[in-house]
Amino acid sequence: MREKYMEIMHDYPFPEYLKKSIADELERIQADEETARKVIERCHEAYLRNLVEPGEAAGIVAAQSIGEPGTQMTMRTFHYAGVAEINVTLGLPRLIEILDVRKNPSTPMMTIKLLPEYAKDREKAREIANRLEATYITDIAEIVTDLRYMRVIVRPDEKALERKSLDREKLKKKIEKSLKIEVEEQNGEFVIQIEEPSYKKLMDTFDRLRRLVVSGIKEIRRVIIRREGDEYVLYTEGSNFKRVMKEKGVDFTRTVTNNIYEIYEVLGIEAARNAVINEAISTLEEQGLEVDRRHIMLVADVMTADGELKQIGRHGIAGEKQSILARAAFEMTVNNLLDAAVKGEFDRLNGITENIIVGQPIKLGTGDVELRVKLFTGGDK
Amino acid sequence: MIPKRIAGIRFEVLSPREIRKMSVVKIITPETYDDDGFPIEFGLMDPRLGVIDPGLKCRTCGGKAGECPGHFGHIELAAPVIHVGYAKLIARLLNATCSNSECGRILMKNEKRDKFIQRIEERKKLGQDYEDIVKEVFRVTKGVKKCPHCGADQMEVKFEKPTFYYENEHRLTPKDVRERLEKIADEDLPAFGMDPHAVRPEWMVLTVLPVPPVTVRPSIILETGQRSEDDLTHKLVDIIRINQRFMENKEAGAPQLILEDLWELLQYHVTTYLDNEVSGIPPARHRSGRPLKTLAQRLKGKEGRFRGSLSGKRVNFSARTVISPDPNLSINEVGVPQEIAEELTVPIFVTEKNIEEAREFILRDDHPRANYVIREDGRRIRVIETNREELAEKLEPGWIVERQLMDGDIVLFNRQPSLHRMSIMAHYVRVLPYKTFRLNPAVCPPYNADFDGDEMNLHVPQSLEAQAEAKILMAVQEHILSPRFGGPIIGGIHDHISGLYLLTRGEKLFSKAEVMEIIRPLDVVKLPEPKHDGKWSGKQIFSMILPDITIEFKAEICQGCKECKGVDCENDAYVFIKNGELVTGTIDEKAVGAFKGIIIDEIIRKYGNEETRKFIDNMTKLAIKAIMYTGFTVGIDDVDIPKEAREQIEQVILEAEERAWKLIEAYKQGNLEPMPGRSIEETLEMKIMQELGRARDMAGKIAGKYLGMDNAAVIMAVSGARGSMLNLTQMAACIGQQSVRGERIRRGYTYTNRTLSHFKPGDLGPEARGFVKSSYKDGLNPIEFFFHAVGGREGLVDTAVRTSQSGYLQRRLINALQDLKVDYDGTVKEQTSGLLIQFRYGQDGVDPMKSYRGKPVDVVRIIKEVVGSD
Repeated sequence: MREKYMEIMHDYPFPEYLKKSIADELERIQADEETARKVIERCHEAYLRNLVEPGEAAGIVAAQSIGEPGTQMTMRTFHYAGVAEINVTLGLPRLIEILDVRKNPSTPMMTIKLLPEYAKDREKAREIANRLEATYITDIAEIVTDLRYMRVIVRPDEKALERKSLDREKLKKKIEKSLKIEVEEQNGEFVIQIEEPSYKKLMDTFDRLRRLVVSGIKEIRRVIIRREGDEYVLYTEGSNFKRVMKEKGVDFTRTVTNNIYEIYEVLGIEAARNAVINEAISTLEEQGLEVDRRHIMLVADVMTADGELKQIGRHGIAGEKQSILARAAFEMTVNNLLDAAVKGEFDRLNGITENIIVGQPIKLGTGDVELRVKLFTGGDK
Repeated sequence: MIPKRIAGIRFEVLSPREIRKMSVVKIITPETYDDDGFPIEFGLMDPRLGVIDPGLKCRTCGGKAGECPGHFGHIELAAPVIHVGYAKLIARLLNATCSNSECGRILMKNEKRDKFIQRIEERKKLGQDYEDIVKEVFRVTKGVKKCPHCGADQMEVKFEKPTFYYENEHRLTPKDVRERLEKIADEDLPAFGMDPHAVRPEWMVLTVLPVPPVTVRPSIILETGQRSEDDLTHKLVDIIRINQRFMENKEAGAPQLILEDLWELLQYHVTTYLDNEVSGIPPARHRSGRPLKTLAQRLKGKEGRFRGSLSGKRVNFSARTVISPDPNLSINEVGVPQEIAEELTVPIFVTEKNIEEAREFILRDDHPRANYVIREDGRRIRVIETNREELAEKLEPGWIVERQLMDGDIVLFNRQPSLHRMSIMAHYVRVLPYKTFRLNPAVCPPYNADFDGDEMNLHVPQSLEAQAEAKILMAVQEHILSPRFGGPIIGGIHDHISGLYLLTRGEKLFSKAEVMEIIRPLDVVKLPEPKHDGKWSGKQIFSMILPDITIEFKAEICQGCKECKGVDCENDAYVFIKNGELVTGTIDEKAVGAFKGIIIDEIIRKYGNEETRKFIDNMTKLAIKAIMYTGFTVGIDDVDIPKEAREQIEQVILEAEERAWKLIEAYKQGNLEPMPGRSIEETLEMKIMQELGRARDMAGKIAGKYLGMDNAAVIMAVSGARGSMLNLTQMAACIGQQSVRGERIRRGYTYTNRTLSHFKPGDLGPEARGFVKSSYKDGLNPIEFFFHAVGGREGLVDTAVRTSQSGYLQRRLINALQDLKVDYDGTVKEQTSGLLIQFRYGQDGVDPMKSYRGKPVDVVRIIKEVVGSD
């Protein structure tokens, strides 16, 4: 029957997902063709009735619909729903972060799905996790400074090395490569001799060693493995989308980060748009606030309209407004006016703020339509 | 008549010539008024600059105060000074152009320059920002050592804020700067992002200063009779004084050093005149020590010209007072105090058809009478007893009669903060005694109002168009559905919910007399047949106000049983309405509440706004009658629990504390296993929190069990009227753990590592870390009280921070999105740039408000209707 329903709906201007849900419902009640036709016709009427009216101030409604619940949101960071181990910024600060397009969000996080051959096996998942997680020397060895001989000594911990599937040779090479100094091995310890006897140089080396990432990705501070349904999923604190996607065993088609800017750089503007929508919706939902998807989509579309991810605010959309008066009324009044004068800019008064300022009706809603009356001239009847 | 529209506004820099041209007088003396209080000619208050005193006439245009817009004058500066606003740009220009006094060209070959100009032009055409290209030009030219045009060596000009330039440690005077800028070729300007038609670089060094008309800087007369001049006038006086001194000294041939000092002083005064918040120099101050508000300060910020006077204005025909509830009003009405109604007016535009009506208002001597008449020439005459007859006599078409506000008028009602469009809605006036605005409590949610002292504003639309728009677009019933989520935002609150809950719960029976009493305020005209031998059930009474709808859903009180028994629910929590008849179930928040109200949602989709309005009106009145009939009260004895319950609770808490101590013991001995990815300390904290949280929940359950379902407070909590079971738990059983940032309280005496001096250092026990055992009713001991205050403060700080942050977010969102409009073709476009944002609004073109909670069509209901009708 489903095909039949879809066939009837073929010429109706419904969006695809609506067609599907109508078909689903019809299937549920096992409707015959006549009822189906009736239902679809009624749906069509309802659909046309529910369309937006031309002239609607869609932007303002969207802005209000997102801004108004802002007052009801919390300010605290909470644990991520499901993964108690990872802290994630939520509520108002997160929403602001999303709309500001911060390049470095306060709590970047990734959800990494694995390829089938890795996803089922905890050991294999663990192995990938080890490859991703940033391991510092301090995690696998003890570092000591020896002031007398002006040297730094690294004492690897065999157990920890094994746990991170590393060996001494690799560690040694890594140190040599990053410090560009020969490392001597003396009864199980690595000795790094400082060339010139200077205390500052010693501490410098010590600090550099401490910050040295032996294996894994620097940004990925922690990886947590969780079983979800019948597969293992990795959650990470910190994010490096590009490098994780390249990692063997990672199913990059299902791997996401909450750092929107990274998505924009790696996958492009369309993906960034979807990321903005998804992140904003999940932030609002988590707070128990109902906001229609369409409002958030509009915001995301404005932010991404000309192919660049632009923030809501002075350095983004509001700052690039065509109208001088609108910009002056928003922020940095004096600078905007001075710059406009030098550039010889011309304000065409098409927007809202400009027309309010000069005292004209705005071109939105009822202000956008004009009425002409045809006078009755045919005598009295 | 099609109103005139301004096509646009061009911004340019004033040239000295233009300044002199528009000037009506050259100001030469710093004095303002002479001893008799008359303005001195050629002074800052020269009568040719306009008038501010009523009665006088402008010497330039002859207009009276209020008519004459004022006229500019000018000051001839004895020496050029830098315009602070352009100081940075000047510095860039100096570095980007040849310093050779013969050359002055851009430090770049013509071809290269043209390429840059072309790129800028392209961006301009696309309506895009070209600031980055201009920056590149300045960067490229700054490094050039030799002029490619004349071959002269270039030296770097160092810019020192706010207005100083040095070349090779040698100070460039504004005069030098101006001479260099004069040499810059017009053809080079576009490369710097400048328009040669709008500006010449040398105009950024001032030689003539425009003096704004007196209307811009009116002086006020204090009670003492003294004149107090505007800040701008003060500053201009300073400028003229220094200017004169400089001239005198120059003529007298004073030493260069003194002249330079004076020049710098002149620069200082002109700088602060333009902007008194420039970094690097002290702001000019008033005699009292208050910094002066000069030009930039007048424009800037929230109270500045742009945001304070142009984007937002103060209005007439408005009123503000405290609000209070009145369930007997319809939701689209507002009670207006008589006193306010007598002050506010609605214009009647007199025509032949309504002249008699208008005349009557003029002749009346009590409430709805005329306050003013406006003659055709625009003169406004107050209607008083003595001139009433005369005015009524003279009244003719074309006049406007301003009559007092009366019942049935449409007004706009608003509560700040106006966060969404439902914050301003149109109500019909009901003139009532007393001094507060009255509104139906069902409209509180959209305004987010309560009656603890809230005030609201009322505006009277003054044109027929505005009134029509208010009635059709802004009336309350047009906003029952919120565009935010496509569900009702207006609905029952508090007592409406408990009232209907009491009425419809179970099978309460009412005699005819009782029914008549309850339904008396409703517009129910026919009593249905009694169903229960001569008596009516509460469900039947509720059904009387229901239109013909069929719907079933689980009520708020639903316990969420594993298997729903549907209409046979023991809890009476399954609502089934058949053809407008409540068959089973209890009406509660889920049925009629604001935000949730499924019944309201159903009615509005099926019967529209007007019917829904009537239902809400009836529903609120019925609920109030019902709750008054049974009586409903909450007191402290509502949270009394029997002794055995208290003992049980105590036991539960004691056990939990013991377990917490055991955890601490295990931690101290190092036996605690850390949770994955957490430190041992964090694990301990989490486990203790869990343990104590569970204890409080248990205590709550015990308390809840003993309180019973007939307890008024419990009724409110379960029906969703007010409060929650958690609130009750805290009142009756145990308040629970206090927290700061989601952690137990641990700050305090950091150096001894304890929260209070009552505890041993390092004490990790529940008591020492903010666990409050007592209930609110029992009262808190001093230590508990302190911790409670600590936890409570976080909430207060949070709210304070949040309001400012979300306010700014909203402002930015509005600013970014305000120019979006849905076009006739269903696309969404940005109006100023014409940028296409969406091909189809929301991808499906559906209005979120009309959508069924986001879905474009409510398929289930349509199927039900179609199948049901067969």
